[in-house]
Amino acid sequence: MTGNDYSGLAVEIVRQALAAGATDAECTVSEGDEFSANVRLREVETLKEAGSRAAGLRILRGRHTGSAYTSDLSGDGVRHMVRSAIELADITTEDPHAGLPDSGELGSISGDLGMFCGDVEGLPTELKIDMARRAEDAALRADPRITNSDGASFETHVGRHVFANSRGFAGEYRSSYCSLSTVPVAREGESMERDYWYTASRGFAGLEKPEDVGRIAAARTVRRLGARKVETQKVPVVFEPRTARSLLDNIFDAVHGGAIYRNESFLAGKLGERVASESLTVIDDGTIPGLFGTSPFDDEGVPTRRTVVIEKGVLKSYLLNTYTARKLGLRTTGNASRGLAGNAGVGNGNLYIERGVAPPEQIIAGIRDGFYVTELIGFGVNIVTGDYSRGAVGLWIRGGELAFPVSEVTIAGTLPRMLMDLEAIGSDLEFRGSMAAPTLMVREMTVGGK
Amino acid sequence: MLFSESFFPQRFGITTRDLENYLAEALAQGGAYADLYFEYLSSSSISIDESIVKSASQGVSLGVGVRVIAGERTGYAYSDDLSPEKIRKAARVAACIAAGPATVEKVSLHESGRRNLYPVLTAPTETAFAERVELVKRADRAARAYDARVFQAQATYFDSLRQVLVATSDGVLSWDRQPLARLNVAALARLNGGTPQRGHAGGGGRVELSFFLNDKTPEHFAAQAAREAIVMLDAVDAPAGEMTVVLGPGWPGILLHEAVGHGLEADFNRKGVSAFSGRVGQQVASRLCTVIDDGTIANRRGSLNVDDEGHPTGRNVLIENGILRGYLQDKLSSRLTGAAETGSGRRESYAHIPMPRMTNTFMLAGESDPAEIIRSVPKGLYCPDFGGGQVDITSGNFVFSAAESYLIEDGRVTRPVRNATLIGNGPEALKYVSMVGNDLKLDEGIGMCGKEGQSVPVGVGIPTIRIDRMTVGGTA
Repeated sequence: MTGNDYSGLAVEIVRQALAAGATDAECTVSEGDEFSANVRLREVETLKEAGSRAAGLRILRGRHTGSAYTSDLSGDGVRHMVRSAIELADITTEDPHAGLPDSGELGSISGDLGMFCGDVEGLPTELKIDMARRAEDAALRADPRITNSDGASFETHVGRHVFANSRGFAGEYRSSYCSLSTVPVAREGESMERDYWYTASRGFAGLEKPEDVGRIAAARTVRRLGARKVETQKVPVVFEPRTARSLLDNIFDAVHGGAIYRNESFLAGKLGERVASESLTVIDDGTIPGLFGTSPFDDEGVPTRRTVVIEKGVLKSYLLNTYTARKLGLRTTGNASRGLAGNAGVGNGNLYIERGVAPPEQIIAGIRDGFYVTELIGFGVNIVTGDYSRGAVGLWIRGGELAFPVSEVTIAGTLPRMLMDLEAIGSDLEFRGSMAAPTLMVREMTVGGK
Repeated sequence: MLFSESFFPQRFGITTRDLENYLAEALAQGGAYADLYFEYLSSSSISIDESIVKSASQGVSLGVGVRVIAGERTGYAYSDDLSPEKIRKAARVAACIAAGPATVEKVSLHESGRRNLYPVLTAPTETAFAERVELVKRADRAARAYDARVFQAQATYFDSLRQVLVATSDGVLSWDRQPLARLNVAALARLNGGTPQRGHAGGGGRVELSFFLNDKTPEHFAAQAAREAIVMLDAVDAPAGEMTVVLGPGWPGILLHEAVGHGLEADFNRKGVSAFSGRVGQQVASRLCTVIDDGTIANRRGSLNVDDEGHPTGRNVLIENGILRGYLQDKLSSRLTGAAETGSGRRESYAHIPMPRMTNTFMLAGESDPAEIIRSVPKGLYCPDFGGGQVDITSGNFVFSAAESYLIEDGRVTRPVRNATLIGNGPEALKYVSMVGNDLKLDEGIGMCGKEGQSVPVGVGIPTIRIDRMTVGGTA
């Protein structure tokens, strides 16, 4: 489908919207091809392959907004979408802050951002299946206690994203993605556990070796066997990078412009204040070549950029799109994000915690009794109040060493306290997704168990 | 209604002969089974924030998914273009999972018997926007009017109308028209510039728009959301550790969804990766517990006339008086294990492969008076409302987060406590159920269940129950 002129289509849709009575319009067209191969117990389980495309339109009539989307890109489908969006502007309320970005804010950063690697396209199906098979096989062979598997999967996605608006912006970019993951199952006596590991990259050549993925997945799974519940107590808690990343997710929700202007974040109104330990610096940067949160412009046609969110514990910036910035009397940070329908929300670029100096082993070695968290489950985080309570799995730290597996417990505290109590930040920062954090240690949380 | 009068033949000119040809193409490489899933989804949403209707959108998504099964292997492809060439291309891609000469003789389709669990004449999606926008405006006004401490309200209304057509190489030809609507309200309250608290409520179902005008009004949901926010203003720290927990009726049935429901989905059990694998006939709950998954309750959010594989949904007993009776099956699992289909094959859209899923999952009522259940607890936690939950089906550990809960002291509900997560282990947790109330209530129609990246609407329900031992994840 690479021959299709989707940029021309987006511009044409904007033109039709203006002709139909819109005073401003913005249009997104996206197309993608997906492939996935799942292997379980060395046999192919599923193969899936397909392509799709769709368009979304948002229009303004004065300060009234309407939006519509369609997967039917025929002339009729597009005309129907334009009519729908115009019709909806009649039922929305005049909103003094609604509108497109100012013309001066529009633009795109230049240079090769490494978002598309051609090696993802045209890979032979057998090779893709084999990648999954090798990862699972490595896991199955790694330890006699790996007795079963929930399979391994190899996935690719290649897409094109187009955006145009009535202020003269038109841009597009291609992106590619591939990933390999496996989920081994281990059993010993009555105890059965699963865990997973994965590798992901913009290009096939960037993937880690399938054997390494399988071996790490197996080691993570086996170490959970025989997990016990501990007594309820207050101890230091160490988040390994995979779970530390979820704290970054919580920080993102708390600096999200929408939560700030509605006053539903524990960080609302705290700009310029000390909100975390001095060792914490959080940065959002949508411009780093090759990473997963990188793009030349955001979903309103504003260039992406590097924003320091928290610097040495002081809250420096919220993450904003045009609307939330206007509500707060600030400028957009180029963080507009949206699907095809509705108004733009706020999304992250590459959001990460700057690496510290301590190797993770050294952080653990300094703890007499503590909890090393390897997985979190549930949704027990309240961004309004900062109350934090989640199900946790991990390893108990005793005498500076990982001593035994723990499960069926909770960890609880409040995010404002946890951020102030960050006592150590690891040196092990690694980008495996659009959010990345090194090992983090919180001085004290309540572990809920027996 | 005859097939020829249904949506896809009328709108796209699709005939039985076309479908038979597509299926033959899908089976040409030797597959043992194939199916087609056509979907045309219209949806809309309207939201209000700061008393301003800031967003309104509507859209259309259509496509067809083609699946081929060969032994334990599944090939899947889809197209968002319903032209015969594109459908045939998808069929050929899906067919590649098999290798060999065709084994299935000619497919001939038979229209299946029809019923209608949601006889909705005009779907909410088909009504005037001017009527629907009033719902969010009324919710906003009511939440703000509830109490002077409410300083912020948001409401979002969603609806959709899904037209589906399923044709299988077994000869099944079925189609359905699935309306769905939901109104969500959130309120924020604050006392003298202190920490705000949030309350949530919402509901809906496969209903006409009049449901929101006569049965469950915007004012009903707004008052619930505002009340919850106000209650939480006085919340004290939640306790930590094992204690007696009493769940209120309705939405707390999410316990069943997480603790047992997912673990009983046949795909996990066929593979032996669920904590419930191989436990049919064993005691996994106290004798007071009977748990049902029922996709046939009229107008419910989780109900379907036929599942997404064209099989009629049913009322399936999962646990009977504490004994595990069976799993939720989809086509693939029932083919491989020989178990009867339960009408539990569901998918998010035409772009997704079906798998066993829940519909409306609930526990049958018992005999205890709910007030008596509370009085029986010297010290514990009472939880009438929850947020979401999650489960690790292999270890069986599950969590669900209390959105509104109170201490029970000397048999009386006393102070509200801050949000806390409850954690337990699936095959063990329900063994500690010591009292079951006579007040079974289904939730108001708000549930969305996620599994392997696919979301589907579901319902839950439960009477008031007492669980003698469960870990509460507070800080006090």
